[in-house]
Amino acid sequence: MTESTMTAESAAHEHPHPSPAKYVGIALLLAVVTAIEVALYYVELSDNLMIGLLLAFSAVKFFLVTFFFMHLRFDNPLLRRLFFVGVVLACLVYTAFLLTLNVFS
Amino acid sequence: MTMTEANVVTAHEEHTVTGISNRKLGMWAFLASECLFFGALISSYLLYRGKPAVSGPNPSDVYDIPFTSISSFVLLMSSLTMVLALAAIQRGDEQRLRLWLIATALLGSLFVGGQIYEFTTFAEEGLTLRSSVGGTAFFVLTGFHGAHVTGGILWMLSLVGISARGGLPKERSLDVEMAGLYWHFVDIVWIVIFTVVYLTPS
Repeated sequence: MTESTMTAESAAHEHPHPSPAKYVGIALLLAVVTAIEVALYYVELSDNLMIGLLLAFSAVKFFLVTFFFMHLRFDNPLLRRLFFVGVVLACLVYTAFLLTLNVFS
Repeated sequence: MTMTEANVVTAHEEHTVTGISNRKLGMWAFLASECLFFGALISSYLLYRGKPAVSGPNPSDVYDIPFTSISSFVLLMSSLTMVLALAAIQRGDEQRLRLWLIATALLGSLFVGGQIYEFTTFAEEGLTLRSSVGGTAFFVLTGFHGAHVTGGILWMLSLVGISARGGLPKERSLDVEMAGLYWHFVDIVWIVIFTVVYLTPS
């Protein structure tokens, strides 16, 4: 594949960034999710349910910031793959590390 | 020129094989490696937080959740002002660019100020770097995050200075995008720290 073909292909993968109004909407959504997380902290729930819900809300916030504010949803997919290799590798390595040391038991 | 055209011009000005600016690719590789760095610190905290303290309280005994929630909200909002700064330079609006960059630096400073206050309060309550391994893991993790935020604030202020001298036209929007990627990454690291360290039961 020639350099110009790859560049053209890369441009085809890129999409326009969101408008400022959409950024404000995403920030409000992030604030609401954070408020729900904090509210959960004060609710009597089983530890497993609480941890599951908190991690799920945290993941929602993580993806909203990376996909919209960091533009991973709109930029070249190579960047998404590069970053998520780091994220997935970190999750796997440290989960294995903590499981080995019985931290979750 | 529309915002979309500005993005494409910026992305292609270097004519790389991948079609992605080398600086942007390098920044994403750096951020991917930072995931492993912060992963190590968070894992250390999870490993040591339950260990009995030699003296003083455990970290979870002294957390002030309402205060840290407000700090988290402040940092989240700084991500909004950062992305608005990028949108401003892509429109060629240098005045708004400086305004949003200053707002980002101020919100970041507020977060760091809150962290200093929190550390001081914890120390007064007996939780220090040396009081327990949990305390050590907590201060190292949140301290490194605070250092990253401080680096980001200095980066924002330097961009404000460069822009004030006319050195940031919209053709150089990649400079702001790089700072933005770093800043948003610091924000997502805090999203994880806030949930795992502060909210998750020990």
